[in-house]
Amino acid sequence: MKWYGILKTALGALHRNVMRTLLTTLGIIIGVAAVITMMEIGNGATIAIQRTMTSIGANTLVVVPGAANTGGINYGIGSIMTLTPQDADAVIKECPAVGNVAPIVRARTQLVYGNRNWVPTYVYGTTPSFLQVRDWMDLDIGETFTEHDVRNASKVCLIGQTIVKQLFGGQAPIGKEIRVRSVGFKVIGVLREKGANMMGMDQDDILLAPWTTIKYRVVASALAAANQSSTNTASSTEVTTLSNIYPEIQQNLYPVPSDTEQADAPQPIRFTNVDQILTAARSAAAIPDAIQQMTTVLRQRHHLRISDPNDFNIRDMTEITKAMSSTTELITKLLLCVAMISLIVGGIGIMNIMLVSVTERTREIGLRMAVGAEPGDILKQFLTEAVVLCLLGGTLGIILGRASSYIVTSVLHWPTATSVGAIVAAVAVSVTVGIVFGFYPAWKASRLDPIEALHYE
Amino acid sequence: MDLIQLKDIRKTYNLGEIDLPVLMGVSLNISRGEFVALMGASGSGKSTLMNIVGCLDHPTSGDYWLDDHEVSRLTARERARLRNRMIGFVFQSFNLLPRTTALENVLMPMLYSRESLSEHQKKQRAAEFLQKFGLSDRLDHQPSQLSGGEQQRVAIARALINHPQVLLADEPTGNLDSRTSEELLQMFQQLNSTDGITIIIVTHDPVVAQHAQRIIYIKDGLIRNSPDTPRDGSAA
Repeated sequence: MKWYGILKTALGALHRNVMRTLLTTLGIIIGVAAVITMMEIGNGATIAIQRTMTSIGANTLVVVPGAANTGGINYGIGSIMTLTPQDADAVIKECPAVGNVAPIVRARTQLVYGNRNWVPTYVYGTTPSFLQVRDWMDLDIGETFTEHDVRNASKVCLIGQTIVKQLFGGQAPIGKEIRVRSVGFKVIGVLREKGANMMGMDQDDILLAPWTTIKYRVVASALAAANQSSTNTASSTEVTTLSNIYPEIQQNLYPVPSDTEQADAPQPIRFTNVDQILTAARSAAAIPDAIQQMTTVLRQRHHLRISDPNDFNIRDMTEITKAMSSTTELITKLLLCVAMISLIVGGIGIMNIMLVSVTERTREIGLRMAVGAEPGDILKQFLTEAVVLCLLGGTLGIILGRASSYIVTSVLHWPTATSVGAIVAAVAVSVTVGIVFGFYPAWKASRLDPIEALHYE
Repeated sequence: MDLIQLKDIRKTYNLGEIDLPVLMGVSLNISRGEFVALMGASGSGKSTLMNIVGCLDHPTSGDYWLDDHEVSRLTARERARLRNRMIGFVFQSFNLLPRTTALENVLMPMLYSRESLSEHQKKQRAAEFLQKFGLSDRLDHQPSQLSGGEQQRVAIARALINHPQVLLADEPTGNLDSRTSEELLQMFQQLNSTDGITIIIVTHDPVVAQHAQRIIYIKDGLIRNSPDTPRDGSAA
């Protein structure tokens, strides 16, 4: 007996009783529709949660300098200056798993405006991508500073809501000039309110400015004497970042040494350091890759031998990522439970109707056997009917599920996301349900005695 | 060699504690192209004999040869194939599939056939058979739209679609009025004489049995040559 014939017979049998076919599949339809709707709402929720977590900084990786260790005394994290703005450039260029990079120069200093003053928690010199890393793109008012401002070391800044409150009271801060350790900064934008972070630190108590400005105009004087190796001034010709403004002009103040001369008399390395590099992995899943790639790039850039320990540390937000993954996992499992229950209920519905159908069609089965159907043919026929029922239910369920998730999105404004996986799984599961729950009735039908079946009343 | 050879067929049903013997050593030969009527009262064992001859059941003991096949040794699956190829059934209650057209009812046995025919060829053959029985304008009618005689003719077309050697009719006129019965029986005679199909009719109606070439009486699980005078079991 060919599959085409079986399928045609099964479709014919189902067609003979359209109403019952539809009522039977209703269980599967509702089951699959529920699965798909739930999966799509769940996916939407997962994405929304991920977005929220990202704005907290779940994907953030912080690169901090390593610890100095002299004579057995460890000076702790940040006691040596090893990170440069060029490291940041290299990371964004060479690490595909890293989405954004912002070097950070910190300062702790007083702000003055008119007759008020305030020492903010954070005075950060950085690049515009800081706002991308921290998911802080939409400003309250004004606009952000640009790469150009960073190259120019422009005296512009963005301030957080707390500083607005402390320095300006009710006044509009845009265009006003505040003094940061006697350097005048023009306020060009105000950040949206973000509140406290997980450690209770007020994130709105922040001033953001180009890192070059903070580094060379604000911090330079204060740190000049503190660390010889990091000494650098705005006038230095070796500040490569500054020369980016006029890249075509070669500034050869001194004769360029030949390779031999350089090898004979190595210059002490002088570089501009940054206090940390803030990076964001492309996604939560890319965090391990990002860490690995950054480690490779930075070790290479810092000329570390294989035996040398890292002269930097990469910190991830383990706590937050763990919370995120456990939340999404929980949602997925919950939805899976709901899905399984509704599909099992649907499958049992199909089994019941198939059993009724076998009893009702006993004479038909007897007749088919009398004209030469083998038990296997009968088994195949009823199994095919069950699978067709389930596939039909699955298809209608997918349509209904998609429609209801669309309604949920448009009426309740819940986020949903189409889940191809859920659709594929729904079809696979409905076929499986058809085979599993269709088998018993089909087996029962195939075991009927043709003589008894023919005379069944 | 005869088409059907039964030799000392016994059938005993096991009803829990007691054994109920139904056939007690039936020997019977039916040659190719015969038209035989099998008569007997209810409970005489004629249905059981019919089931065994129709390969639906196997005897408890004895040999049954159908066209060189030793049926009593075959498995259920092999018997199913043999039925499909060799035997056509006509039932008292027609047993057509409800809500299925006459054409599809006739097509049904070909679904299980080993013959490889295209869908179109099958349909053509089914239509030809229905035409032969005067049902060419009833192809798309469902059983509920057909009269009793028409339904039985559809059933005969279905029984003959795979070109069987033997047509087994179990009380084929039981649900028909006398005029339709007469027509049907004439059709049987015609099939027997022109197409050479071996026909076995099971009936308890002597008028129906008169149409056959030979009448076999069965009583209490044994073959008799006449309705009243019991003799020994061999009627060949």
